[in-house]
Amino acid sequence: MEKVYTNLTNGGPVSVYVKDGVITRIRPLQIPETDFPKPWVIVGNDGKKYSPPKAFRLAPPVHGERNKIYSKNRILYPMKRVDFDPNGERNPQNRGKSEYVRISWDEALDIVAGEIKRIRSTYGDHAVTGMTSSHHNWGVVGYKMGPFGRFMNMIHYTPVFDNPDSWEGWHWGATHTYGFQWRLGMPEQFDLLEDALQNVEMIVFWSNDPDSTRGTYSGQESHIWRVWLKEKGVKCVFIDPYYNYTAAVMDGTWLAPRPGSDTAIAMAIAYVWITEGTYDTEYVRDRTYGFDEFKDMILGKGDDGYAKTPEWAEEQSGIPARKIISLAREWAKKTTCLSSGCRGGQGSACRTEYGTEWARMMVLLQAMQGLGKPGISIWGTTMGAPSSYKWFPGYAEPQGTIAKADIAKHKPALTNPTKQRLFRLNLPDAILDGQFSFRGEGFCGNSLEQQFVMQHYPIEGPVKMFYRYGGSFIGTMSDTNKWVKMYQSPELEFVVNQDCWFGGEARFADIILPACTNFEREDIGEWATCGGYTTNAHIGNNWRVVVRQKKCIEPLGESKSDYEIFRLLAQRLGFEEEFTEGNTELDWARKFFETSDICKDGDVTWEEFNERGYYLIPCPEDRKPTPSLRWFAEGRECDTPDTGNRKRLAGKPKELGTYTGKIEFASVSLRENLPDDKERPVVPHFIPWEEGYKSKQWEKYPLQIISPHPRFSFHTHYDNHVEWLNEIPMHRVLKDGYAWWPVRINPVDAAKRGISEGDIVELYNDRGSVLAYAHVTYRVPQGVIHSYGCSAKYDPVEPGKPGSTDKAGCVNLLTQSKLLSKNAPGMTPNSCLCEVRKWEG
Amino acid sequence: MARYSIAIDVSRCSGCGSCFLACKDEYIGNDYLPYSLAQPEQGHKWMDLKEIEQGENSKVKVNYIPLMCQHCENPPCAKNAPEGAVYTREDGIVLFDPEKSKGCREIMENCCYGVVFWNEKENIPQKCGMCAHMLDNGEKAPRCVESCPSKALLFGDLDDPNSEISQYIAQRGDFAVLNPEYGANPSVVYRALPSPFITGEVILSDKMSECCEGAKVVCECSCGSKFETTTDFMGDFQFKHLKEGQDYTITVSYPGYKDFTTIVTLDKARDLGLIVLAK
Repeated sequence: MEKVYTNLTNGGPVSVYVKDGVITRIRPLQIPETDFPKPWVIVGNDGKKYSPPKAFRLAPPVHGERNKIYSKNRILYPMKRVDFDPNGERNPQNRGKSEYVRISWDEALDIVAGEIKRIRSTYGDHAVTGMTSSHHNWGVVGYKMGPFGRFMNMIHYTPVFDNPDSWEGWHWGATHTYGFQWRLGMPEQFDLLEDALQNVEMIVFWSNDPDSTRGTYSGQESHIWRVWLKEKGVKCVFIDPYYNYTAAVMDGTWLAPRPGSDTAIAMAIAYVWITEGTYDTEYVRDRTYGFDEFKDMILGKGDDGYAKTPEWAEEQSGIPARKIISLAREWAKKTTCLSSGCRGGQGSACRTEYGTEWARMMVLLQAMQGLGKPGISIWGTTMGAPSSYKWFPGYAEPQGTIAKADIAKHKPALTNPTKQRLFRLNLPDAILDGQFSFRGEGFCGNSLEQQFVMQHYPIEGPVKMFYRYGGSFIGTMSDTNKWVKMYQSPELEFVVNQDCWFGGEARFADIILPACTNFEREDIGEWATCGGYTTNAHIGNNWRVVVRQKKCIEPLGESKSDYEIFRLLAQRLGFEEEFTEGNTELDWARKFFETSDICKDGDVTWEEFNERGYYLIPCPEDRKPTPSLRWFAEGRECDTPDTGNRKRLAGKPKELGTYTGKIEFASVSLRENLPDDKERPVVPHFIPWEEGYKSKQWEKYPLQIISPHPRFSFHTHYDNHVEWLNEIPMHRVLKDGYAWWPVRINPVDAAKRGISEGDIVELYNDRGSVLAYAHVTYRVPQGVIHSYGCSAKYDPVEPGKPGSTDKAGCVNLLTQSKLLSKNAPGMTPNSCLCEVRKWEG
Repeated sequence: MARYSIAIDVSRCSGCGSCFLACKDEYIGNDYLPYSLAQPEQGHKWMDLKEIEQGENSKVKVNYIPLMCQHCENPPCAKNAPEGAVYTREDGIVLFDPEKSKGCREIMENCCYGVVFWNEKENIPQKCGMCAHMLDNGEKAPRCVESCPSKALLFGDLDDPNSEISQYIAQRGDFAVLNPEYGANPSVVYRALPSPFITGEVILSDKMSECCEGAKVVCECSCGSKFETTTDFMGDFQFKHLKEGQDYTITVSYPGYKDFTTIVTLDKARDLGLIVLAK
C-alpha cells in the first residue's frame, strides 16, 4: 500500500510517497485544485492580469530529495575515530586522517556526556562550545536553534556568532546608509512584484542571479515573475563578471566588470547623474542627508582628491566609459529597478574587501533616483508577492524556537550566564592563538551600535570541546585550511560532529553522531518562513503554505532526531525533564501551532491541519498594497508589514533606521562611532583591494576567482549527497569515474596556459590547491575564474594534511580570511587571486 | 482521441534541471509494469538537458534544450523492432514493452534523436514514456512538466483546440518539430531553439567616447532573407535565428557617416566587435 505524507524543505513543500516503509517518490506538494484559495490578481500597466499558477515551484535540488535521504553519504551509526581514546591517547593530530569504527549509541552517548562533564568540571561551563550550519533541515521544532540551542544553553556553552555570510556588505555597510538593521541591512520587499508589473521599464541586475539564489527558501516561485517581465518587454541589464543563469534566460545586456570595480562603476554612474543633472534633486533635498559631501567626493573635491569619472571607472573595471555613460543615462531616463541581490541586498560583490562600499553605493544610486517612488526600487525580483500577513512562527524568531519561546517554561537561550563569544569567521584563529578580538555581535539586528561593540575572547577561559552540527564549512567559510589546522590542535580536547550526512567536515570529529532528516521525525513549518530578521519571508512565494511535516519513514540505520539525541544526552547529564518539559516533538509542534494566527483566528484547527497535512493561508481579496519604501518617499508613516521596524516601534514611524532617519550619503552613525575609519569612511570610498587587480600578489597570481552561491545546492546540503545532480550540465562533471567540480575560464586565459575544455586543472595560491574540471567559456571575461562555492565534499590527496590538494572542488581552501575591512568583520571570498595550471597528477 | 504532446518553449527555460531530476525521482528504483522497468542509478537521461553556449567576447547567449523521446508518429526506433516491442498508444505516446524489447539494441540504435538508453542489467532499451502510468492513473501531467517553474514545458492534447497547449502553440505560431528531415513527425514540439547569431557594436569615429544608439543595421542573407534593426542604447545590435553555413552581408549606416559593409560566413555565432563608422 502506498501512503502519501506531507513535508517541507528549504526549497518548498512536498508530498512523500512511501511503500513498505521506503520512500519511492517525492513530488511538489499535491493538493486538490479546490484546496487553493482564490489567487491574487495583479493588473499590469499592459492591461494584462497576472495570477500565479496553481502549483508549488520547488528549488531544483529538492526534486532530488529522495536521493539525498537515501544518500550513500548518510551517517547511519555512531562512530568513533579509531585512535581516539577518551581515557588515554586522544591523537588530535590525526583528525582528518584516521578512520572510524562503528560503536553503539550507549558507548557514544557515554563518551559525549562523559566529556561534557569532565570538561565542565575541569575548566568550567564555558569550555564547551559548539556551532551549527544553517538550513540543512526544515521545521520549527527541530531546527538548529531548537534542540541544539536548548541543550547547549542549558549547559552554558560559549556561543559562536554567525557572520551574515550571504549579505556581508549590506549588513556592515548599507545599514549605515538607510538603516534596516532590523533586516540585517536588506531592504523591505513588500508588494514590489505589483510595483514592477505596473511601473518598471528597466531592471539592472547587479551581482545578482535570482534564478540561482531564488529568494533563499522560496524555490522557483519567482521564476514566472521574471518570465512575465521579460515577455512584457522590460529591459534587463546584468552587471556581473559571470554571465549568470538569469542573464541567460532574460537575454539582456551583459557588462562584465573586473572583480573589485563594482563600486567604481557605481560612483561613475553617480558622476554622470551629477554632472548631467539627471537625479531627483527634490528627493535628495528632502529625504537624504550629506549629499554635498558625497558630491564633493564624486567630483574630485573630497579627501581622496580625484573625480570618479567614467574614464576612471573604465580603468578599474575594463568596461568602456561610453557603456557606463549610456547605462547611467538610460537608468535615469527609464523607470529603473535595481536588483542588487536575491533579497534586494546580497550579491557576490558584497562578499569582498570593502564590500560595504558597494552595498552603500547601491542604496545611494537608487536614492539619487528617488528610492521608493513607483518602480524606483531595490528589488531582488524574488520577493514581494501579494500576501496575507498573518503570523506563523518561523524557526529563527524568538517565538519560533524551543530555546526561547514563551511556550516553554525554561528559556535557556535567554539565561545562559556565559559571557564570552566566539565568531565563526575567525574561530580557527581564536582556537589556535588562544585569543581573538572582533567587533560586533554576529547578526546585529537590534541596533547600529551593536556593530561597534568590541568582543574579546576569552573572558571566562578557553574552550576545550567543540560540538559541530550540520553541514561542512570547508566548502563555505574562507581560507579553510585553517579549519583543518584548528581541528588538529590539542587545544580542542574533544570534537563531536552530529549530522545526517558525512560532509567534508565530519571527518575531523572524535565522535560522530547520526542524526535523521526531517522526513524521519515530526515537525511543522511554513514554507520559506524563517522569521526573525526577515519578517514575512513567505512573500517570496505565490502561496502561503503551512505544512504539518510528518514522519514519513523510520530513521535510517540507527540515526535519531536531533531532539532525541539531545534528550538522551540530557538524561545522562541529569536534566532530561528540564530539557523536554515532558514534551515530544509533536507536542511542541502543536504548541507552536496554537500560538499562530491561523489557529487563534479559528481558520483551521490542529485536528484538521494534522489530518490534511497542510493549510494555505488565503491572500485577502481586499488587500491594500503597501510597496516598500513608498511611505518614505512620500514622507508618510511606515505602512508595510515590516514588523521588526525598530523606528516605528520607537514611535518614529516616518524615519529610516539611520541616525537622521534619512538616507545618509554621509553616515552619521559612522561619523559618531568610528570617525577615523579610512576603510569604511563616513562617505563611501573606492578602495582598491589588497588582493585584487594589479595588487602585489596579482603579479604572482593574476587570475581573480569568484565563487558565488551555487545553483544546485543549498550551502553544502545537496551537492555530493544527491548523486543525480552529477549528471546535470555543469553542476559536477563526471570524468574518469570522478565527479569533478567545474571552473569556468575564458578561452584566452585557457589558451595561454595550454588548457582545453575538459582538462582537470589545479587552482592554487599560497593558501591552498584545488582540482577542478575546466570549462572554457566566454561566460567569464579574461582574468576571471568562476567557480561556485559550497562543495560538500572535501577530498584531500593527503588526508589530514593542511594545505593538501583537494580533488573535490572546495575553492574556499583558496579564499582569504581577511575581513571586509578593519572594523567590518565580514567574509571576503570573492576577493581572491589564484593561478591555474593543467593537472598532470 | 487525444494526441498528447509536450510543447517546449526554450525562451522560458533557465536550465534549472527540475525536469531532469523529477524524471530521475519518478523512475530510478521504481518499476511501473507493464509500462516500464526501473531506470538505473546512473547514466540514463530520459529527460536530458542540453546546455548550448554561443557567442564570443561579451556577446554570449546560453540556452537549455530539454530533450527526451519525441513520441514520433513514425518512430524510427520501431524499424526492425520485434512485434509489439515498440508500440504507439491511441493517445500518441510511444512505449517500449519491457518484455518484448528485451535484447533488441536496434531500437536504441535506430532512434535519430539519441534519446533511448540501454539498461545493461535488464538488457532492454529505455526512454521517456511521457509518464503514461501516471496519466492512466488520472494525473494531469508527466513529472517533468509538473516540475517546470515557468511552463517552459507544457503538456496536453493537441487534438483539443481548447487545451492550454493548443492555445499556447496557436498564440505563438512558431512551434516546430526537431529535425523534420527525419520524417518521424514527433508529437513533441519546440520554439525558440538556439541558432547562430551575429552581434556587434557601432560607434562613430568622431564620437568614440559615446555609444551610438539608433544606427541602422541591415543583414542580408545569400538565401534571400533580409533583416533590419537599429543599435540599442549601448550601441549594440544583434541578429538572432540565423542559419549556419549561409553568407550574411551586414551593412551599418548612420546619417552623415559612411556605410560599413562586411560579409560573414556563419559557421557559428559571431561577434563583429567594434565597428567604427567614418565621416
